[in-house]
Amino acid sequence: MKIGVLALQGDFSEHISMLKKLGVDAVEVRLPKHLDGLDGLIIPGGESTTIGKLAVAYGLMDPLRLFGKSHAIWGTCAGAIFLSKDAKSEQPLLGLMDIKVQRNAFGRQVDSFETDLEIDELMKSTGTEHAYHAVFIRAPLIESVHGNAQVLSALEDGRIVAAQEGHLLATSFHPELTSDTRFHEYFISLAS
Amino acid sequence: MESKTGTWTEKKGLAQMLKGGVIMDVVNAEQARIAEEAGACAVMALERVPADIRADGGVARMSDPDMILKIMDAVSIPVMAKCRIGHFVEAQILESLGVDYIDESEVLTPADEEHHILKHNFKVPFVCGCRNIGEALRRIGEGAAMIRTKGEAGTGDVVEAVRHARAVMGAIRQLKTMGDEELMAFAKNNGAPYELIKETKELGRMPVVNFAAGGVATPADAALMMQLGVDGVFVGSGIFKSGDPAKRAAAIVKSVTFYQDASVLVEVSKNLGEAMVGRNTAQMPEGEKMAGRGW
Repeated sequence: MKIGVLALQGDFSEHISMLKKLGVDAVEVRLPKHLDGLDGLIIPGGESTTIGKLAVAYGLMDPLRLFGKSHAIWGTCAGAIFLSKDAKSEQPLLGLMDIKVQRNAFGRQVDSFETDLEIDELMKSTGTEHAYHAVFIRAPLIESVHGNAQVLSALEDGRIVAAQEGHLLATSFHPELTSDTRFHEYFISLAS
Repeated sequence: MESKTGTWTEKKGLAQMLKGGVIMDVVNAEQARIAEEAGACAVMALERVPADIRADGGVARMSDPDMILKIMDAVSIPVMAKCRIGHFVEAQILESLGVDYIDESEVLTPADEEHHILKHNFKVPFVCGCRNIGEALRRIGEGAAMIRTKGEAGTGDVVEAVRHARAVMGAIRQLKTMGDEELMAFAKNNGAPYELIKETKELGRMPVVNFAAGGVATPADAALMMQLGVDGVFVGSGIFKSGDPAKRAAAIVKSVTFYQDASVLVEVSKNLGEAMVGRNTAQMPEGEKMAGRGW
């Protein structure tokens, strides 16, 4: 099992540490050739505009779209925006997931928050029963899911914060900033 | 389901999202848009870039909140703003304004010559400058959730940035090989909180994200700082005091992502036009240096 982490900008090293903790081979991806031989890819948190512009400049857009057709990809925060079809702003998007997102939906940094989520699918797949503690930072919201995309988790008020479409995964929050490895385990199961 | 805001994880976390990126000084909404378009991961809103603060002299203070608001409205990336060292009321104003990060900065004229702001009292995260490991860990002890090595702002001379990054990284390398019984003396000699010295040794790195600042003017300068081990780069006067800001800004962004790839560095270094007019820090009178501010 070999998972790549898009390393154009953002907290890619946190994802790599998580993967290594789980005994998975993890590598940094900056150019199209780095996708060769990978079983899956994580697009980390960071600034989605920065990541998008660099992906365009270094010819990654089409190789990533092609990769996503047959491989698992997981986007956290900025990565979720980058995976979406519609982010209601002028910026490069992969358009792989049939979700509509709203950037900075919860406000500015002073409004960033941590909260517990009950995620049935995650608890089922990892055989655990405790809630998932999620860290949201200037987070996007998944405004709506369409087509084959499914809601994976929502806040109490119904706002969507995680979605899945087959082997593609999007989360508004940052599992890589916690010590809870369940989301990474879940993603590895999608990649294998 | 209870939500918590302003936690240490949240404060540190935003800086983690900025890693591998470039934070650019901007003085108006138009410059902020140019920076965002070039791929900046955040902007620092201020009335005058350090090179102009140097040239103008006088007292440098927090910027006009209206000017900061206009920049916040102009871009979707995080917006930082500076307050004077120890000026906790300027910090209260910036927090209330909703800026994403406050830089308690030596570039402005200090308001307190003994004490920094107790940054744990705020929900908004702070970044502070340092010249060495002791200064970095004292600031973290006060609640800074991000550190930047100071360099010498507004000079376009990278030598001080290198000096400070080497001091910090060298101390961390030293710590990693030390026995636990040596840590208290190290804490004492460096004027650093013991618990944070222990944490730094255990992590093998600074406990919070650490950027370089102060004198970065070219893609090669930025890549140099990255290879020395920092997590990202602040560029102040270096971009908007140069001949072609948009092009230089985009080139520096690429140089930080591909800091280990010399073939990319060749491409992005071509035809950037005039770099900012530099000032040699070795010939600068001590009193003109900003890095000495901070205690």
